[in-house]
Amino acid sequence: MPALLQAATDFQTIARQAGQLIMPEAILTLFACAALILDVMLPRNRKRVVAWVCLAGIGASLVSLGILYFNISSREAARTGFFDMIIIDNYAVVFKLMFLIGAALSILLSIKYLDTEGEQRGEYYALILFSVTGMMFMASGVDLLTLFISLELMAISVYILVGFLKRDQRSNEAAMKYFLLGAFSSGVLLYGISLVYGLTGTTNLAKIAAALPTVASANYNLLGTPADMRYLVLLSMILMAAGMFFKVAAVPFHMWAPDAYEGAPTSITAFMSVAVKAASFAMFGRLFLYGLPDLRGALEGDPANNIAGLPGWALLLGIVAAITMVWGNLAALIQNNTKRLLAYSSISHAGFTLLGLIAGNQTGYTAFIIYLFIYTLMNLGVFGCIIALRRRGIAGDRMEDFNGLVRKAPWLTVMMTIFLLSLGGIPPTAGFVGKLYLFMGLIETGNPWLVRLAILAVLMSAVSLYYYIRFIRAMYIEPESEPQPLSLSRPLQTALAVAVLLVMLIGVYPQPLIRLTQKAATSQGLKTYVYEEKPAATDSTDQPGAVPLPPTPPRR
Amino acid sequence: MIQMMAILLQAQSRPPAAQSDAPIFGYIPIIIFFLIAVLLPVVLLGVSRLLHRRVFEREKLMPYECGIDPIGDARERFSVRFYIVAMLFLVFDVEVVFLFPWAVIYDKLALFGLVEMLIFIGILVVGYYYAWRKGALEWA
Amino acid sequence: MEKALFIIIAVIAVAAALNVLIQRNPLYSALSLIGTMAALSVLYVMLRAQFIAAVQIVVYAGAILVLFIFVIMLLNAPKQQLQIDKQKGLRYLAIPLAGLLLAEAFYVVWRVQDIAMPVVKEGEEAVGTTWSVGVALFTHYLLPFQVAGVLLLMALIGAVVLARREGDK
Repeated sequence: MPALLQAATDFQTIARQAGQLIMPEAILTLFACAALILDVMLPRNRKRVVAWVCLAGIGASLVSLGILYFNISSREAARTGFFDMIIIDNYAVVFKLMFLIGAALSILLSIKYLDTEGEQRGEYYALILFSVTGMMFMASGVDLLTLFISLELMAISVYILVGFLKRDQRSNEAAMKYFLLGAFSSGVLLYGISLVYGLTGTTNLAKIAAALPTVASANYNLLGTPADMRYLVLLSMILMAAGMFFKVAAVPFHMWAPDAYEGAPTSITAFMSVAVKAASFAMFGRLFLYGLPDLRGALEGDPANNIAGLPGWALLLGIVAAITMVWGNLAALIQNNTKRLLAYSSISHAGFTLLGLIAGNQTGYTAFIIYLFIYTLMNLGVFGCIIALRRRGIAGDRMEDFNGLVRKAPWLTVMMTIFLLSLGGIPPTAGFVGKLYLFMGLIETGNPWLVRLAILAVLMSAVSLYYYIRFIRAMYIEPESEPQPLSLSRPLQTALAVAVLLVMLIGVYPQPLIRLTQKAATSQGLKTYVYEEKPAATDSTDQPGAVPLPPTPPRR
Repeated sequence: MIQMMAILLQAQSRPPAAQSDAPIFGYIPIIIFFLIAVLLPVVLLGVSRLLHRRVFEREKLMPYECGIDPIGDARERFSVRFYIVAMLFLVFDVEVVFLFPWAVIYDKLALFGLVEMLIFIGILVVGYYYAWRKGALEWA
Repeated sequence: MEKALFIIIAVIAVAAALNVLIQRNPLYSALSLIGTMAALSVLYVMLRAQFIAAVQIVVYAGAILVLFIFVIMLLNAPKQQLQIDKQKGLRYLAIPLAGLLLAEAFYVVWRVQDIAMPVVKEGEEAVGTTWSVGVALFTHYLLPFQVAGVLLLMALIGAVVLARREGDK
C-alpha cells in the first residue's frame, strides 16, 4: 500500500519535479486553457489571435523542453518522476520535439484553411494543444495507466477535431467512423493491458518487464498451483499490439484511415497523419521495448527467445509490416482523391516505420525515430500544398486540381515536388536518409527473413514512386484545368518553407539529426537484440553494433 | 529522490479500522431497504389489481396530461440541449466522484492535497466557464 | 451465505443483461441495463471493492444511463423501424463462435474450482475502500489523475463543440 505524503517536504519535492519534468506539458495545458478562455472573449472576426497564442505556447514549451534536454544530458541519466509514472530520457525528448514541430506547422497550415472554410474558431487550436499534451505524456509515460489516459486524451481531442466542420457531411461521417472504431480499439488495447496487469500485478512497465519471464515460464506458480500462463501472456501481447496497430493504421486495422483522412479538415488530416501517428509509435515503442522486451520471441537465430515455443512480437510485427507495405502501396495506386491517396500512402509508411522496431538493433531504433521525424516534415508539407489548393468553391483534393500547377504557382510546385520525392525516398532529400537507415537496420541483423523483408520494403518503395510521380505528371505536364488563381497566406508559406528547408537540409546534412536520434535510440531500457549466427551473410559482424553479446543490456 | 520520498512517506498510513467480516454484511440494511422498495409497489399494484373493478372508457385510457386532452404524439424529438446538459452532468459527476476519496483522506494530504485538487478543479472550471460563455447552459 | 447471495445477484445481472437484448424498445433496454449495473455493484461490494461499487451506481446507473436515455429520446427511433438487415451468412459464423466462447467459459469454471481462493492478508482488508483508493489516487497516481482532469475537460469541450446548434454565439 502506498504510503501517504507528509505535508511540506514532499510537497516541495513534487513541486520541483513538476517544475522540471512536466514543464513542457504544463505550459501547453496552461496555454490551451488560456486559448479556450480567450476564444469566448474575442469577437468573431478576431479569433485568429488564438492561433498565435497557441503558437506562442508551443514556442514556450519548446524552450522548456530545450532546458530539460540540457538538464538530462548534463546529468547523463534519464530521470523518472511522479512515482515512476513518467521517465524523461532522450527517447521522450526527441519524440516531444517531433510533436511540437508537427503541431506548430499544423497550426500554421490551419489558419488559412479555417478562414476558407468559415470555421475560424478558437477551440480548434486549443484542442490541438491538448492533444499534443496527451502525446507528450505518451512519449514519456512508463506506466500503463499514464500511457492509456494520455492516449485517450490525444484520441478524444482528435475525434473532435475530425468532426470540426459541422456543416460538412463528410467531416461528420469521418468523425463518427473514427470515433467508433477508435473507441473499439481502445477497448481492445485496454483488454490487453488488463490481462498484463492481472498477470504481473503492476502497471509499471519496468516491473512488468522484470516479472514477465517468471510469469511466462511454462510452470508458473499461480497461488500454489502450477499453471501455464504462456498463452495468456501471448494473448495479452496480441491484444495490445492490435490496439496499437489500429492507432498507427497498420493493415488489418487500417479501414478507418482513408475515410477519416478524407473527411477531416485537411489541416487535421495533416496533423493526424504525422503527430498522432508518431505519438502512437512512441507509445508502441514504450509498450513493447520497455514493457514486453522478452516477448520478442523466436525468429530464426534469435537468442532473445525467452518464452519457449511461442512466437513473439517480432514475428507479428514482421507479418503486419509486410502486409501493410504491400496493401497500402497497392491501394494507393488506384486512388483519385489526393487525401485518400495520401491516407493509403500514410498506411504504407506506417509499415515502413514498423521495420525499425522489427530490426531490434541500435540502427533499427535510430531509423524508427528518424523516419518518423522526417515523415512528420514531409507529410505536413504535402498536405500544406493541398491546403494551398483549397479556395472558395474548389475542394482542392482531386488529382485534377493539380493540373498545370507549375504555370500558376511555380514555387509551390517545386516544393510539392521535393516533398513527394522525399516521400518516395529519392536521394538528395530527407526521405532517403530515413529509408536507408530502416533498410540498414534490417540488413545488419543478418537474419535471412529480415533481409527478405528489407527487399520487400525496397520493392514497395519503388511501387510508391508510381503514385507520387502521378502528382508530378499532373503538375508539370497536364494542361491547366482551372484558371482561378491561388491565394497563399503568409503563415502557410512560412510553414511550407520551413518544412522544405528542413527536408532538404536533413537530406544533405543529416548528421545532427542522426546524432540526436542515436542518443534517443540508446536510451536506458531500450533493449536491443543481436543475432548470433550468420557471420558470413553480410559484413555486419565488422560493425560495432553487431558484436555477439549476451542479449541482456542493463534494464532499469 | 524517489527513495528519499519513500522513506519520508512511511509514516502514519493507517487504514480505517478493519472489518473482519466480508464487507457485504455491512450492507444488510441497504439490502433490506432495497427489498422493501421493490416489494411495496409490487404489493400495491398486485392488491389493487386483485380488488379493482374493470371499466374501460375512452377517457380513462387516454394518456394523462393534467386533465387536458393530449396534443400530438409523445414521441417527439428532444432538443439537442438535453444531450449537452446530460453530458455536462456526466463530466461534473465524475469530478465529484474524484472529490469523495479526496475528502476522506484530506487530513493526511493537507496542503499538498489542496493544491492537487485546486489544479484538478481549476482545469474543469475553465471548461465550465467555456461552456457557460458558449451558451451551453442557456435554456431558450 | 455469500455463495447464495452471489448466485442470486449473478442471476439478476444476467437476466437483466438478457432483457437488454430481448427488448424491442430501446428505452426498456436502457432501463434494464440499470438492473445489470446495480447487480454488478453488489458484486463489487462482495469483492471488497466498495468504492467501485458506489461509483458504479453514481456514474453508470446515474449519469451514463441518463445520457443513454436522452440520446434515445433525441434520436427517437419510431417503433418497428429497428429492422436490422439480417445477414444470414454471419449466422453460420456467429453460432460456432458463440459455442466456442461458451465452451471457454465452462472450461474456466471447471478449472477454477480447484484453485484456492487467495487469503486476505493482514493489512489488505482495507484495499478497495474509499480510503485506500484515495491514498493511491492522490499520491501514486497523481499524474494520471491530473491528466484525467484534462480528459474530462476534453469531453466537455467535445460536447459543446459538436452538439451546439449553428447560429449560436
